Amino acid sequence: MSGGLYLNVAVSGLLTGLIYGLSALGLSVIFGVIRIVNFAHGEMMVLGMFATLVLFRALGIDPLLSLPLVAAALFAFGYLLQDLVVRRVAHLADHMQFLLMASIAVMLISVCLMLFGPDAQNAQVSYGFDSFAIGPLLVDKVRVYAGAAALVVSGLLFAFFHYTPTGKAIRACGDNYTGALVVGLNVRRLYALTFGIGTACLGAAGAIMLLLVDVHPYLGPSYTLLAFIIVIIGGMGSLPGALLGGILIGVSEALAGVILQPSLKSAFSFGLLILVLLVRPQGLLGKVAR
Amino acid sequence: MDRRHLLASGAALGATSTLILPTRLLAAAGPLKVGVILPRSGVQAGIGQDCQRGVDIAAPILKAMGMPDLQILSGDTESKVETARSTAEKLIGEGAQLLIGAFDSGQTTAIAQVAEQKGVPLVINIAAAPQITEQGYKFVFRNFPTAGTILANAFEQQNAIFKQVGDAPKTVVFMHVNDTFGTAMAGGIGKLMPKFNVPYKVVETIPYDPRARDLSVEISKAKASGAEALLCVSRLNDAILLTREMIKQRWTPKAVMSMGPGWYEDQYLKTLGKYSDGPLTFSPWYDPKKKLSQTLVAAMAKSFPGVNLNTNHVFTFEALLVAADAYKRAGSSDPKALAEAIRKTNIADNSSMGPGIMFNAKGQNDKVVDGAVQNVGGKQVVVQPEASAIAKPIWPMPAYDKR
Repeated sequence: MSGGLYLNVAVSGLLTGLIYGLSALGLSVIFGVIRIVNFAHGEMMVLGMFATLVLFRALGIDPLLSLPLVAAALFAFGYLLQDLVVRRVAHLADHMQFLLMASIAVMLISVCLMLFGPDAQNAQVSYGFDSFAIGPLLVDKVRVYAGAAALVVSGLLFAFFHYTPTGKAIRACGDNYTGALVVGLNVRRLYALTFGIGTACLGAAGAIMLLLVDVHPYLGPSYTLLAFIIVIIGGMGSLPGALLGGILIGVSEALAGVILQPSLKSAFSFGLLILVLLVRPQGLLGKVAR
Repeated sequence: MDRRHLLASGAALGATSTLILPTRLLAAAGPLKVGVILPRSGVQAGIGQDCQRGVDIAAPILKAMGMPDLQILSGDTESKVETARSTAEKLIGEGAQLLIGAFDSGQTTAIAQVAEQKGVPLVINIAAAPQITEQGYKFVFRNFPTAGTILANAFEQQNAIFKQVGDAPKTVVFMHVNDTFGTAMAGGIGKLMPKFNVPYKVVETIPYDPRARDLSVEISKAKASGAEALLCVSRLNDAILLTREMIKQRWTPKAVMSMGPGWYEDQYLKTLGKYSDGPLTFSPWYDPKKKLSQTLVAAMAKSFPGVNLNTNHVFTFEALLVAADAYKRAGSSDPKALAEAIRKTNIADNSSMGPGIMFNAKGQNDKVVDGAVQNVGGKQVVVQPEASAIAKPIWPMPAYDKR
């Protein structure tokens, strides 16, 4: 095997990992603040993919350009979902919350199935089959654009949480719920905003993902599982951790496919997960639970 | 009327009754309840629903062939083995007198166990894992070649094509899905290839998960192997992913030779457009020169404009034909009588390639043969065997970057 092969595969894995990281950010944002595990994570991303597909087919909007629209639509969906439904089970036991989110996942699959049918569908963009050639390196154009978009969205998210009053208030809610109430923060609104931001991340990830993967209603569960692996490796609730976890999974899966066997890629991710759980249960960038 | 005339009239009446009675009895007994179990949802939903099209066009064609009515009870495996088993049990509980299904070898294996246990005949539409008809089952019948036959036919037809075009790849990379079907095919290749004296050598074997989200690594590895051609056993979504990656990684092998589903399917053709042309599929197919095939082509065009007739439709239709034909001859929906009638099936006027539908002692139609089909201009064109071919193969495959 040549060095060019490893380089190509590693770069491709890195770009794919960035997109995985962006999708996992949504899960991490919601858990980090509201402490609810979104078991409908993958299905919400699939909803974003279908929304992007509709915009592409009906109005000819490129998935990357429709990203803000889809993110906004998913933000509204998440905001209302939290405020009208999820909030009401937040005080219940974890398994009740799980049942609620799992039910939402099943409903989303059914709705997508009714609206779009079971077949895999895609948005065929003009640059869909192109690649950049730099010496021995051959990089898929779609992955480059998608990876760049994932970096931009992640950067905006970090900036929002660190430099805006609302972002800081949301982080305060995540750090100390009672304290946030005591200082007079509107926690209900901030929680709805957080859930909306989490689902907006999924909308953005869905718009980007449609460039790489054909969408069908049953795609969700595999991405939910993937997001769990990523955020557990990176650290539950840690935003940089989610991105790091995504990159680690993307690159290690790709290299494992070359060095070992492609069919062992998923096994390698789970192996990494077990290793992190044994050595550093809080995740690479996660905090120890108090 | 004298005694001689009376006896002659009686004999004539008796003979007529023998012919008419089963139809009358069947009319009185009502339609045969057939449970059609397919992966209608889950990862194989697209293919399961494609098989259903073979069911949707069947009723008027079977009626025109003089077959009795069938009442279809639909079942969904959700593309899962455990659901396939419970669906078979449920349909039998609901009164299914015969089962048909289920496209996937793993799911079909589970249904076959239930059918045998309950003593209800199962007519397999599509499933190639050899072991299904090697268990000594009495109620399981398959009008579809086993993995071994598919491979044997594929190697024969590949050699015929190489001879026809005066060229052959010296090396191939073999990529296959690691599910029941793909693994059975991979095992068969190792055993059968030496017997057929193929001119190429397998330089690398790459198994992969059919549910993989991304196959870029697999194609990078295949390209790096330096192989002249790609030999593969895949499903639909992964065939599309593999093709996309070949284009992006600027690799056009001399030929893509598939020995499974995916590459010939309408969704593949529609999704990839001009990039779908070129792959050769060695697969059970319909004989375009047979009369029933032409009837099926016309029925598909009428019911599903834009959908080309394919293996999924033909073999699902033929499974229904076997069921209706057996019901007609058995004159009863008794499972044992139906199974006995299926065992004696002899349908020459069929659609798939080969001499017709008949089953050996194991319940396997060992006469059904594959065809070599090439995608040309968004259509599937039979290029081998010569008796069924309607065009010559295009060789080598046109480069992806020159389309």
